[in-house]
Amino acid sequence: MSDDTILFTPLSSSARATVEEAEILPSSSYWKEAWIRLKANRLAMFGLYALCFLIVMAILGPFLSPYSYYETHLQLKNQSPDAQFWLGTDELGRDLFTRCWWGARISLFVGITASLVDLIIGVLYGSIAAFFGGKTDEWMMRIADVLCAIPYLLVVILLMVIIGSGITSIILALTLTGWINMARIVRSQILQLKQQDFVTAAHVIGASNRRILFRHLIPNAMAPIIVTLTLTIPSAIFAEAFLSFLGLGVQAPIASWGTMANDGLPALRYYPWRLFFPAILISLTMFSFNVLGDGLRDAFDPRLKK
Amino acid sequence: MRKWVYLSLSVSLLLSSCSKNQIDRKPQGQELRLNFRSEPLSIDPRKPNDVTSSQFLKMCFDGLTRMGPDGELQLSLAESADVSEDQRIYTLKLRKSLWSDGMPVTAYDFEGSWKTMLDPLFPCEYASDLFILKNGRAAKNKKCSMDEVGVRALDEYTLRIELDHPAPLFLSILSTHAFYPSPQHITSKYPHWADKANPHYVTNGPFKLVEWKQSDHITLEKSETYWDSAHVKLDRIQMLLIEDENTELTMFDNGELDWAGSPLSTLPLDAMPALIKTKRVTTFPMAGVYFYILNTQDPLLKNVKLRRAFALAINRQELIDNVIQSGQSPATCFIPPALSPEKQYFQDNDVLRARRLFTEALTELQLTKEQLPIITLSYNTMNSHHKIAQAIQGQWFKAFGIHVALENKEWKVFLDEQRHGKFQIARMGGIANNYDPIGFLDRYRYLSSEENFSHWTNPRFTELLESADQTIDEALRTQLIAEAEQIFMDEMPVIPIYFYTGSYMKQPYVKGVYVSELSDVDLKWAYVEMQ
Amino acid sequence: MITYLAKKIGILLLSLFIVITLTFFLMHAIPGDPFIQDKAIPEEILKAMHQHYGLDQPLWIQFGKYLNGIIHFDLGPSFKYQGRTINEIISQGFPVSLCLGLEALCLAVFGGVSLGSIASLYHNRWQDHLTMVVAVIGISVPSFILASFLQYLLAMKLDLLPVARWGTFSQSIMPAIALAALPMAFIARLTRANMVEVLQQDYIQTARSKGLSVFRITVRHALRNALFPVITYLGPLSAAVFTGSFAIEKIFGIPGLGQWFVTSITNRDYTMIMGTTIFYSAILMLCIFIVDILYCLMDPRIKLTASDV
Repeated sequence: MSDDTILFTPLSSSARATVEEAEILPSSSYWKEAWIRLKANRLAMFGLYALCFLIVMAILGPFLSPYSYYETHLQLKNQSPDAQFWLGTDELGRDLFTRCWWGARISLFVGITASLVDLIIGVLYGSIAAFFGGKTDEWMMRIADVLCAIPYLLVVILLMVIIGSGITSIILALTLTGWINMARIVRSQILQLKQQDFVTAAHVIGASNRRILFRHLIPNAMAPIIVTLTLTIPSAIFAEAFLSFLGLGVQAPIASWGTMANDGLPALRYYPWRLFFPAILISLTMFSFNVLGDGLRDAFDPRLKK
Repeated sequence: MRKWVYLSLSVSLLLSSCSKNQIDRKPQGQELRLNFRSEPLSIDPRKPNDVTSSQFLKMCFDGLTRMGPDGELQLSLAESADVSEDQRIYTLKLRKSLWSDGMPVTAYDFEGSWKTMLDPLFPCEYASDLFILKNGRAAKNKKCSMDEVGVRALDEYTLRIELDHPAPLFLSILSTHAFYPSPQHITSKYPHWADKANPHYVTNGPFKLVEWKQSDHITLEKSETYWDSAHVKLDRIQMLLIEDENTELTMFDNGELDWAGSPLSTLPLDAMPALIKTKRVTTFPMAGVYFYILNTQDPLLKNVKLRRAFALAINRQELIDNVIQSGQSPATCFIPPALSPEKQYFQDNDVLRARRLFTEALTELQLTKEQLPIITLSYNTMNSHHKIAQAIQGQWFKAFGIHVALENKEWKVFLDEQRHGKFQIARMGGIANNYDPIGFLDRYRYLSSEENFSHWTNPRFTELLESADQTIDEALRTQLIAEAEQIFMDEMPVIPIYFYTGSYMKQPYVKGVYVSELSDVDLKWAYVEMQ
Repeated sequence: MITYLAKKIGILLLSLFIVITLTFFLMHAIPGDPFIQDKAIPEEILKAMHQHYGLDQPLWIQFGKYLNGIIHFDLGPSFKYQGRTINEIISQGFPVSLCLGLEALCLAVFGGVSLGSIASLYHNRWQDHLTMVVAVIGISVPSFILASFLQYLLAMKLDLLPVARWGTFSQSIMPAIALAALPMAFIARLTRANMVEVLQQDYIQTARSKGLSVFRITVRHALRNALFPVITYLGPLSAAVFTGSFAIEKIFGIPGLGQWFVTSITNRDYTMIMGTTIFYSAILMLCIFIVDILYCLMDPRIKLTASDV
C-alpha cells in the first residue's frame, strides 16, 4: 500500500470508512484513471497544449526570426504586423515577434519560479499556523502582517542598492511577500477543516501530525490553493514588470511581457498591437494555467461526478 | 423572485447615471481651466522649490520687473531703475501699490523677504538664487551679519541693491520668484500664513488664491487691489491637479481643459506624431539642454578622445525624428540657442571621426576593443530616458561594436550616486533659471562647484568665467563666454544631446497667454475670446 | 472576552510598534535625501535644512522624538510639502479613497460571489466556462490597463461617463470597476471552487431531492462554508483598497490617499513615509482582526483562543 494513494479525502462523509476504502485502491490504475479523466476534459487539454506551445516557442521562437531582440531600426518604428515583421515593431523599430518570445522566457521563468516558491512557503506557513493554533498561530500571522505593512517600495529600493538588478533580485523581491496571501487562505481553510470528523478520526487512529497535515488537511484545501496559485502567477508577472520599470529587474533592452505591456499601454490609441500581443500572451498563459489547474483538481478527486 | 427585482433596480440605477454627461465643455465667461499636474510644494514666495510652485507664484505675486507679453522686460512694481557705472548698485523707485488686504507694498517688503531667505536659520532650499547680492552667500553661511547684505530700503518706496559682481541681466533676474516681496506685516505675526488657502495668505499679484482642495483643484480669482488690474482681463483660473498626461489630453479633447502640455505639464510622447499631424500643436524652444554627463575621474573616461568619440557617434537628428519627436534641435554646443547664438563645435553623427578617435583612445589607454571593460550608462526611471538610452546604446553599438550597459535607477538613488561620483555616464538635463548664458557653464566653474558631478576642471576655463563676471562691456563678456564654451566643448566633460522644446495645444478661444523659454507661463494678459 | 480583547489589542500595538521601528530604520538605510534635487543645493544650505528638521541628530534621538509625537497623535510636518502636516494630508485624502474603496468592494463581493455561485451551480456547462473566461480576463489584465481602456472606450469614444476627477456618482463608476475587476474575478473563482465541492455532498443531494429550492440551499448553507477563503482575502484587500490605489487614482485624477504612499518614498519625505505606513498598518491590522472574529461567528467550531490541539 503506497502512501501516494491517499491524495484526497472527501469532506463530511464518514471519514474512517473512506480512508480505508481509499487505501485499498492500487496506485497505478489510480493515476491512469486520473489521466483518462483529464484527457476527457477538453478545456483542460487545451490549456495543457497551449502551455506546451508557449514553452516550446519561448525556447525556439527567437531563432525563427532573422532579427535579434535588441536591433533597433529607428526608421521602421511602430509598424503594424506585415511580412517583414510578423508582429510589427515597437517604438524603436525592434521586431516584436522576437521580443515576445524573449519576453516569454523571462515572464514564464520568473512567473513560475516565484509562484512555486510562494506556493511552497505559503502552504507550509499557513497550514502549520492553522494546525498548531493558539500562540503559534497568533505570532506567525502577526509576523506575516508586519511583513505586509512595511512599505514594499522601500524594501525594493534597498534590494536594488544592496544586490543590484537582475533575475535573482527580482525573484527575491517577488518572494518576500508574495506567499502571504496564499498562507492566509490556506490557514483559513485548515482552521475550518481541522474541526471536521475525519481529522478527529485520524487522530484517534494514531496518525502523526505530519501525516494528518500532508495527507489529509492540505489535500482537502487543494481547491482554494489551486485558485490562489492561478492568481499568484499573473501577479508575479506584473509585479516583475513593475519592478523592472523601477530598475530592479532585467535591464533594457531585454524585456518581459509585462514590461512590453507597460510600454505599449500609452500607445494604445495609436499602435494597439504593441499592447495587444504581450497582453494576449499573458492572458493565454493565465487561461491555460487556470483550466489546467481546474482540470487537474477535477481529475484527481474521485468523488466528483460529472 | 426578489433577487430579480433587486438586480433590475440596480441596473436601472446604473444606467440612469450613465446619461450624457453634464460637464462644462466651454469656460464660463472670462475663465481659464488649466491642468497644473501636481500640487505646488509651497506657496510661500520665500520658499519656492519647484517649477509648479514658481508658476503658481507668478500668478499671485508681482516683482520689481516682469516679462511682458511680447517677451520684452517691463518694469512692474519698480517705477524706475538707476544703475551705477560699475553696474553693481541698483537704486529702484517703487510705485504705489497694494497687497490684497489693502496694505501698501513697500521697499521693506522686498528687503525683509530677501533677508529672511538669506537667514541661516530659515529653511529655504534655493536661497542660492540670492547669492548674487553682495554678501548673500556669506550671510547664509553665518560669516557676516544680515546688515551687510547688499539690499536696503532707503525709505518706503526706494530700494538700494548692491551686487557681488556686475550682472548685465540683473533686471530680468529681478523678475524671478526669488526676488518677490512678501508681506512683512503678515509674516511677522502669522508664521503659517502661507501653509494653505487662508485669510492671511496675502499677495500682491494679478490673481488671488480663493480655494485649494488637496490634490483636486486650486481656484484663483482676479485681484482688484493689483496695481495693474486694468490690464487683467481674466476673472477666474481653475487649476486642476491631474497627474496623468493621457487623462489630461483626453480632457482637453473633451473640452474640459483649455490647455494641454508645456509648460504646465507635458503632452504624451506616444501621441506626438498623431497630434502634430492635426496641426494643433505649437512648439516653442526652451532654454534647456538634455545631456549625458561623463565622470572624468573614471579611469576610462579620463581620456578626452574617448569622451569625444562617444559624443560624435550619436545621431541626434535620428533620435529627434524617431524617438523624441517634438521638433527639438540637435545640440552641438552646450548653451541653448534661446540664450545665445548657436554655434557648432562638432558635427552631429560624425561616425567616421568618432571611430578614429575611439581607436586612438584605445591606443592611449593601451587596451584592445575586447579588453575594454563594460561602460555603464545610468538614468533615472522615466519612459523617455529609457527609450533614448536604448536608442543611443544601439547607435554606439553600430559605431564601435561595443555593448554599453544600461542602468535604470530610482530617482533619489540616482541623484545620490551622482553626488558621490558613483557613475560613469549619467543622464542629466537642465533648464535655465534666467536669461544669462553663463549659468550653464557656471556649474563647472570650479572643481568644487555643487553641480560639477563631472569633476572636470580647467584653469583657463575658470579664468575666463571669472573675468566675464567682472566685465561690464557686454560684447567682451559674450566673447569671453564663447571662448569658455569652446574649451568646454573641446574637452567634452558632458555630451550635449538636444535642446528642449515645449509643445502645447490650446483651445482656439484662449488668447494672450505668455509662455517663456524658461518654462514660465504668465496669465496676466490672458483672456477668452469666443467667436 | 475582555481579557481576550485586551490581549489582542496589546499584540496588535506591539506589531504596530515593530512596523514603525523597522520602517523608520529601513527608510534611513536607503540612499537619498529629502532635499536633494537635480538642481544642486550648496552644502551650507543643505546643512541648515537638516538642522531645521532635526535630521542632523543621531537616528536614535530622531526615532525617540518621532515616537513621542505619535503618542500625541502628531505625525509631524511634511518635509517636502512645506507648511503642511501629515495629519492634514491623510485626513483629506482618506475619505475619498475610502468611498471609492467601499464602492469597489461591494461590486467585487456581490459580483464575485454571484458569478462564482452561478458557475458552481452549472458546473462544467457553458455558464461555468463563460464565467471562467471572464474571471481569467479579470485576473490577467492589470487594473491600470483596464482603467485606461475603460476611460478610452466609455469616456472618450462613447461619451457615457466623465473622463476623470471625483465628486459625482458617475465619476466613480469607472474607477470602481477598474479597482473591482481583479478581486471580483478572484472571489468568483474562490467561491466557485469551494461551492463545487460543497454542492457534491450527500446532504445537499438529499435536500435537492426533497424539493428545497436551489437558491435557499446555496445561500443558506453552502455559501456560508464556502466563503472562508473569500473572507480571508477580503481582509488585507479592504485595507489596500481603502487606503487608495496609486495607479487608478492617478489615471482618474482622484484626490485620494494612494499617491502619497508612492510619492513619499520617491521624495524621501520621511514623515510622510512613516505617517502613511502607520495609517495603513493600523487599518490592515484592524481588518485582519475583524476577519478573525468573522471566522468564529461563521463557524462556531473554530476557536482562536490558546486552548487548541
